[in-house]
Amino acid sequence: MERTTMAVSKPTVGARRPAETSPHGALARQTAITIDRVGVWYGAAQAIKQVSMRIAEHEVTALIGPSGCGKSTLIRCLNRLNDLVEGLRVEGRIVLYGQDIYAPLLDVIALRKRVGMVFQKSNPFPKSIYENVAYGLRVDGENRRAVLDAVVEESLRAAALWEEVKDRLPSSALRLSGGQQQRLCIARAIAIQPEVLLLDEPCSALDPIATGKIEELLYALKEKYTIVIVTHNMQQAARVSDHTGFLLMGELVEFGATEKLFTTPSDPRTEAYITGRFG
Amino acid sequence: MAALARKRSASQPAWQGQWPIWLSGIWFAVAVLMIVGLLGLILASGLKTFWPTPLWRVTLKEGATYLGQAHREEVIPHQFDAAGAPKRRTLYRVGNKDLSGADFVWVDDDAVTARTRPAEAMAVERLEWGLFYGFVQQLQIDGQVVVGTPEVLWQTLRHEMPPAQRRLRAMRRIEKRVIGDINAQMEKARLAIRRLELEGLTVAETRVRTRHEAAIQALQERYAKIAEEIEQRRQQDQAFRVVLASVGERTKELPISSLVRVHRPNRLSWLGKAGVYADRLREFVFGQPREANSEGGVAPAIFGTVLMTLLMSLAVVPLGVLAALYLHEYAKQGFLVSVVRIAVNNLAGVPSTVFGVFGLGFFCYLIGGTIDLWFFPERLPTPTFGGGAILWASLTLALLTVPVVIVATEEALAAVPRGAREGSLACGATKFQTIWNVVLPAAVPGILTGTILAMARGAGEVAPLMITGVVKLAPELPLDHLAPFIHLERKFMHLGFHIYDVGFQAPSVEASKAMVYMTTILLLAIIICLNLGAMRIRGRLRAQFRGAEV
Repeated sequence: MERTTMAVSKPTVGARRPAETSPHGALARQTAITIDRVGVWYGAAQAIKQVSMRIAEHEVTALIGPSGCGKSTLIRCLNRLNDLVEGLRVEGRIVLYGQDIYAPLLDVIALRKRVGMVFQKSNPFPKSIYENVAYGLRVDGENRRAVLDAVVEESLRAAALWEEVKDRLPSSALRLSGGQQQRLCIARAIAIQPEVLLLDEPCSALDPIATGKIEELLYALKEKYTIVIVTHNMQQAARVSDHTGFLLMGELVEFGATEKLFTTPSDPRTEAYITGRFG
Repeated sequence: MAALARKRSASQPAWQGQWPIWLSGIWFAVAVLMIVGLLGLILASGLKTFWPTPLWRVTLKEGATYLGQAHREEVIPHQFDAAGAPKRRTLYRVGNKDLSGADFVWVDDDAVTARTRPAEAMAVERLEWGLFYGFVQQLQIDGQVVVGTPEVLWQTLRHEMPPAQRRLRAMRRIEKRVIGDINAQMEKARLAIRRLELEGLTVAETRVRTRHEAAIQALQERYAKIAEEIEQRRQQDQAFRVVLASVGERTKELPISSLVRVHRPNRLSWLGKAGVYADRLREFVFGQPREANSEGGVAPAIFGTVLMTLLMSLAVVPLGVLAALYLHEYAKQGFLVSVVRIAVNNLAGVPSTVFGVFGLGFFCYLIGGTIDLWFFPERLPTPTFGGGAILWASLTLALLTVPVVIVATEEALAAVPRGAREGSLACGATKFQTIWNVVLPAAVPGILTGTILAMARGAGEVAPLMITGVVKLAPELPLDHLAPFIHLERKFMHLGFHIYDVGFQAPSVEASKAMVYMTTILLLAIIICLNLGAMRIRGRLRAQFRGAEV
């Protein structure tokens, strides 16, 4: 497989595609990912039903919903991490900047370099802080010390971790606190300079202070990256996101600008959920 | 916890709900007792072996006299003395096998008229014929008879022992090194000629042949010269002689260099005994075997055991890890993989002798025979790789222990957290990169656990080795000064086989019993050392995964 095909076709922002309007009417930014009637099956059970949405560039898009509603399954389709799950089947189309990511000959490795991911449970490798951040470049064959040094510093700065760890880069990443580990994972994800950053409940295991730091970070990161965040914390979705999608039992009940969804939801089920009547 | 138990006993009988604890506790205690008992027996029987015990001069009613060490005593079945108490008898180790034929004698305790501990009595360990118990009668130093009291003779003998042993070592070194090298070169030349014959001679090659023949001629001349030198040295050595006398007034004359160790146990202080003990222990661990393995040391067997175990680990770890990787990471889980997995697990239940037979047929005859045919045709029909060899024995044991490594590795792979794999894949790593960089390092402690188990199993295994390369006495170690230094095609000695051989094949079971225990201790110690090494590495890796400083 030619690993560089997709990286080469990385578009310059706004060069080829005209600005699109969101399905909700407001003039929005360019679309990064189009999810088109996507269904996901675990064997015979359908986890995602006919979900369609557009994820805009340089915005934070939040997916909310009660446990088991399929939001993690959906976000894991965006970098095809679901490929690991045996018996899982995806139908419909997911398009990243014009490229169908479920196309038969697509290089999944190249895709994952364009779509980075941070997980619910921080999962730094049992290596040094430095090697954790450099990992994505190392597996890509980059071993020049100067390049790695620069990327590591830049990524750690972007993840607001540099000041805390700059004196102990060679020490084990597992000695960091929970919040620091999660920011390290963010640094690791952005070190390969993806276009899209997926965050799967990144704060669910963190205390409020660490959560606050990550939320601030998201605000800064969206200048450079398109962010999709899964959260079961509605306040968090309201605080950090520009668009929010509400998933219920595999169905996208409502998708729209965050402010509108939280103030004047159009679907009674959304209202019931955000006012805390279930979930 | 105690408070909780007490509280509950108010409402129900105390034993209820507690009996599983008691049951498991009792069985745990039984297991501990069995282990401690076994180790205790081996240690107690083995460690006292080298301790010098007093020499008794025993005179019997019918006039016979023995000099020896009390080996063990027992009650004579169905025999009672006048008072009705059971009669006892004692087994004396009397040595002097060459004079009297038997080195152990049973003596009924009531037949003894006198039992003394003569201070001058000596225990002499010899290169041949085992122990001699007796006295110095005469001493010749460089052909001159030494005159003096027994004490003077004893001191002179002790004084003459180290130079005699040096002379012997020098002769042996010449025999082994110089003559060994000459033999190796002659063999090389002979094989070169044979190879030329096999390929069909041309004129040019005939010249080469003549050169080889000349080389052999020269070597033979050199050999003759060296043989002469050795003979000269032997003559010199023979001038240092000792005449030993037994209590039965029989004598034995032999060169001083054929004595290994002399001491007078009845005069030894505690410290002196400890010295003899340490010296014997040193000889046992570092020395060569003597007297059909029942005396001397086990150094070649230690070397063989360690080398074989390491070779086996070297073969079994890659084999098992790769197999487990494919089974767990790449193979599509299904019926076939399940069958393979069950087959692998059941492989551990196949009798080890069967593995030995397989190793003999597959490794020795098929692979080894083919190697001989292709690379060493000039040596045939003498096999090079086509017979028992440390390499084939190690590979056979690797096959025997591979299920352990596969099972342990698969478990370790399954225990690697999903998050670690996903984190790596999400960074754009390929599946192989993920396995290599993240999954395998995390699984290494588990793999090492498997290796430890495999090593423990393999190091103690004897049956398959007996058909694939272990010998009672290996003339050459698989490691020496002749290129290519490591000779994996050689046969080797092994502690496990040594135990069997000494315990069941030695001419004198009583004399060798102690060696069996000592060898067992040594084998256990080696396995423990190898395992401790592996556990140390594992501990370090585990600490790394916990986040300690690396």
